[in-house]
Amino acid sequence: MSFISLLWVLLLGSLLGLELIGKVPPTLHTPLMSGANAISGITMLAALTLIVKAEGNIPLLIIGSVSLGFALFNVVGGFFVTDRMLAMFSRKPSNKK
Amino acid sequence: MNLPVIIKFVIDLLAVLLLALGIKGLSKVKSARDANRLAAFAMSLSVVGLLSYYLGTSGIAIQSWIWIIIGSIIGSLFGAILAKKVPMTSMPETVALFNGCGGMSSLLVALGVAIFPISAGQGNFDFFKSLINEVSISVSIFVGAITFTGSIVAMAKLQGWLSTPGWTQSKVRHFVNIVFAVASLIAFFDLINGNTSSIWLLVIVSSLLGIGVTLPIGGADMPVVISLLNSYSGIAAAAAGFVVDSQLLIVAGAMVGAAGLILTQVMCKGMNRSLVSVLFGGSLSAQSTASSGSGEYTNITSCSVEECALTLEAANKVIIVPGYGLAVAQAQHTLREVTKKLEQNGIEVVYAIHPVAGRMPGHMNVLLAEADVPYEQLKEMDVVNPDFPATDVVLVLGANDVVNPQAKNDSSSPLYGMPVLDVQEARTVFVIKRGMSAGYSGIKNDLFDLPNTSMVFGDAKKVLNDLIGELKDLGVGEK
Repeated sequence: MSFISLLWVLLLGSLLGLELIGKVPPTLHTPLMSGANAISGITMLAALTLIVKAEGNIPLLIIGSVSLGFALFNVVGGFFVTDRMLAMFSRKPSNKK
Repeated sequence: MNLPVIIKFVIDLLAVLLLALGIKGLSKVKSARDANRLAAFAMSLSVVGLLSYYLGTSGIAIQSWIWIIIGSIIGSLFGAILAKKVPMTSMPETVALFNGCGGMSSLLVALGVAIFPISAGQGNFDFFKSLINEVSISVSIFVGAITFTGSIVAMAKLQGWLSTPGWTQSKVRHFVNIVFAVASLIAFFDLINGNTSSIWLLVIVSSLLGIGVTLPIGGADMPVVISLLNSYSGIAAAAAGFVVDSQLLIVAGAMVGAAGLILTQVMCKGMNRSLVSVLFGGSLSAQSTASSGSGEYTNITSCSVEECALTLEAANKVIIVPGYGLAVAQAQHTLREVTKKLEQNGIEVVYAIHPVAGRMPGHMNVLLAEADVPYEQLKEMDVVNPDFPATDVVLVLGANDVVNPQAKNDSSSPLYGMPVLDVQEARTVFVIKRGMSAGYSGIKNDLFDLPNTSMVFGDAKKVLNDLIGELKDLGVGEK
């Protein structure tokens, strides 16, 4: 992948983000923030790459592993907490007595 | 193109599509929960895609597997436990903490690649050979470090572990931060020149910059900062994407970065603040007490819980205005008890939600949803404002600045222009409050002086509990 085409990916990704998020009601901003935050943990893929490519270099393996831990903390925690918030919204009146 | 490459390409494409659909779905109440799960599924898919690609090409050493498993289990376990245990009122802090860890992860990846370029180098993994890699490593470290330290400071301040030190409100802080910024720039160029050791300078200085920028910001503006830091963590992930040459990372990071910016803008608008004044203006309360502590209260009417109950009993339509004070008092469940009683008596109850009620947009909705308040009863400001003149009683619970009529009437007020709830239009307004202290902005609230406003002093939870007792005595809600 050339640098220029990666820049295109960056540009189009940003535009996509602006377009997708422009129309969210204020109610959902906290869940959205937390959900988007979980997605930013996608950097776990970079951590995985680092570990796979480390070729037995122990310090690098450790750095990669710690990085993976931080990223997954963000991803797993983020999605769970978002789900917890949204579960409350979706509780329909029919569920109540 | 061999098979693993094609498979990874297809999976990545699918993951991006699902992530985009997930973010889009999060914009509607009905689809939000499924959308969140879809996004989570897309993330797992992307991991499967990446691992299968390496299995099909270079293979994954046993040693790598071990470290992958260790990191995954520890990170996921802590994340899941915290997510399950944390109370809903601490949501902003929690998001800040998760966010900071995402930034830390990007920082570590870039650091790892920078320190061990040769051992990681294979094929196009030849780091530090091109300027681009150096730049993306530096950006990843810079943004990642700011995200991490900034988020941790934001969390500590929201938790009350950290107060705003006095010196950070003086002009000194700008000087200090400029020094940090210049130093990071120097480290950045030194790094590009091939001086690898200056990477540590970059790490330290950008970490300090994150602290220096976040520390002076007051509690009221913290949500804006968290949202902005959320955007940064996306940028950090995108930068890490350049470092490891992954389009998926760049797309997802860019989407989150853009999302955070939009959300930040919405929050600033709701508070009538510009992003610049949030970031560089210091704490609002520190400013405004100096500039406009205008006037004393002259016409305060205070009343007992009993009177409040009597008025409520006679009402046809009641609007509740919840604020962060309600959340602090953990009184949302008690409030729900009160409104249930009123509803059983045929009184129409609606909750008016200001866009920045609580500490984040939507925060109050989450708290009320926790107390089982039906979603249909939560009305946004624009919808509910025309209803106030036809309302008998308004209960203001722990909200202050968002019901200040100054924002509409007094062009000299710092609040002027901020959208507010027109509660004073209602027949009677009860403000339940601990004392006469000012809101986040530190500005006098003209509402309290109006003849149709009565103050009920006391802790929100205690007052509401008393209110339940009084209503019971009146026979409200017992059929």
